[in-house]
Amino acid sequence: MPVSVLLILGMGAAVGFISGIFGIGGGFLMTPLLIFLGIPPAVAVATQSAQIVASSTTSVLGAIRRNALDRKLGAILVAGGFVGSALGVWFFAAARRAGQLDLVIVISYVTLFTVVGSLMLKESIREFWHRRKGGAVRLRRKAGEHAPYLGWPLRMRFYRSKLYVSVIPIVGLSLFIGFAGALLGIGGGFIVVPALLYVFRVPTTVVVGTSQFQIVCTTLVALILHAVMNQAVDFVLAILLIIGGVFGAQFGARMGRHLRAELFRFLLAILLLAVGLRFGLELIMQPDEPFSITVQETRT
Amino acid sequence: MRAVGILLILLGTMASAGAETLITSLSNHRVLINSNYTGTLIAVFGAIERDAQTVARGTGYDVVVTVRGPRQFLTVREREPLGPIWINQEQQKFPSVPAYLSVLSSRSLAEITSDQLRQRQKIGLNAIVSASDFTNHRGGADKPFREALYRIKAQEGLYLEDERGVTFLTPDIFRASIPLPATAPPGNYDVEVTLFADTVILARTITNFELVKTGFEEQVGAVARDWSLFYGVATAVIALFFGWLANLIFRRD
Repeated sequence: MPVSVLLILGMGAAVGFISGIFGIGGGFLMTPLLIFLGIPPAVAVATQSAQIVASSTTSVLGAIRRNALDRKLGAILVAGGFVGSALGVWFFAAARRAGQLDLVIVISYVTLFTVVGSLMLKESIREFWHRRKGGAVRLRRKAGEHAPYLGWPLRMRFYRSKLYVSVIPIVGLSLFIGFAGALLGIGGGFIVVPALLYVFRVPTTVVVGTSQFQIVCTTLVALILHAVMNQAVDFVLAILLIIGGVFGAQFGARMGRHLRAELFRFLLAILLLAVGLRFGLELIMQPDEPFSITVQETRT
Repeated sequence: MRAVGILLILLGTMASAGAETLITSLSNHRVLINSNYTGTLIAVFGAIERDAQTVARGTGYDVVVTVRGPRQFLTVREREPLGPIWINQEQQKFPSVPAYLSVLSSRSLAEITSDQLRQRQKIGLNAIVSASDFTNHRGGADKPFREALYRIKAQEGLYLEDERGVTFLTPDIFRASIPLPATAPPGNYDVEVTLFADTVILARTITNFELVKTGFEEQVGAVARDWSLFYGVATAVIALFFGWLANLIFRRD
């Protein structure tokens, strides 16, 4: 696959920069970009997981040093994530055999991006509106008001997160994230963090560290499974993405502290919607060449 | 040992069918390609020898060179609209087709020989692609898939036909250049040279060359295939290492 090395490095740095500003992994931006570049979706997804491992390792190590990690909650998330990852890689291989992998990836991205993008857009417009009117910036739920499924059986106490909730919704969340992560080449931080923060009410101090801990473990498993089952990991591409991403993220994180967060959240929402739309068009528009060739095997 | 082998191949490519003998030789039997390979040409040289009893033919000779690359198992799928979206639906399997296929000739194939003979002897891309051993017949439903395979492969420069690809230097010495694009996969390539005169096949030789990938990329590819667990773990370890390194370098507290 002849793709410019500098282009990949530059893209890695740009996405790393954005992810540094928002404190997210950036896999959900990088994988679609790689696909638009013409890299086969299977290779893009599998290889991007290596970059996610690298960037999450950096944040987990930081979190451990700051003691911003709930090990017990993390362990349960990881256990669910492993199962979800294995299911995701298996589903990936099955869809690939059936010739529908590209379709599955594109449809999932369209759904994910339009939903998350419009939620973020709505949130940032509301924030902007409230600021204009000088009212309360954020609408929060009242204390003590919990979703009913948090009181399901198998309740467990998480001291570090000051939680006493059923493990069933937590395992469910981690299964979903593991599955989506392996299938789409995303870490899932941009889903886990809001879920832990707003649904489970995990304190802000441990949310990012714990979610990054889960991401590093499940993505590590997904990466190895992708290499073994689908042989879709491109080592050279992975290293380029990692190098670009690592530096971009550091500068992004530095810049992020001096920039207006709500403006960037608005821009990110627009970006997500645009990428989702771009994928959607690909599905709807009549292809120039309706036929495609898949090589099953080459006998040399 | 290899030199002896090449010598034997050279001697072995002499074939006789009746009065004319065809002798062919390739410029290269082993093409090494590395990561900055952008395609190459392989020359085929040939000579036609008549024995003493045969008189010169009035119509002159024609030559067709057919090159078949390594075999591939391909699936061709067709996207069709399902509601508002386009989705892969129909498919056709091609269990053993050449990854690369080129037909070079001294004149247009229609002028060289008859349609029936082309079909029977698989002379020309159309004849090869529509032959019954190319894929299974499904009562005409296979036809668009054969055409699509031909069309896509031709766009990639992997299937090509050149009716000026063979040049006669003298009435019985010819040469042809086989173009190999950068996308041609490594493996064994068969070169079949067929000699015609007056629409009839007089002689045929088969020789071959090998395309061998060398260098870093190929070694990485081989490890990914044959040692996939090791490859996956190694990639993971490197990712962890870079993550740790970044944490070390950019420590903020």
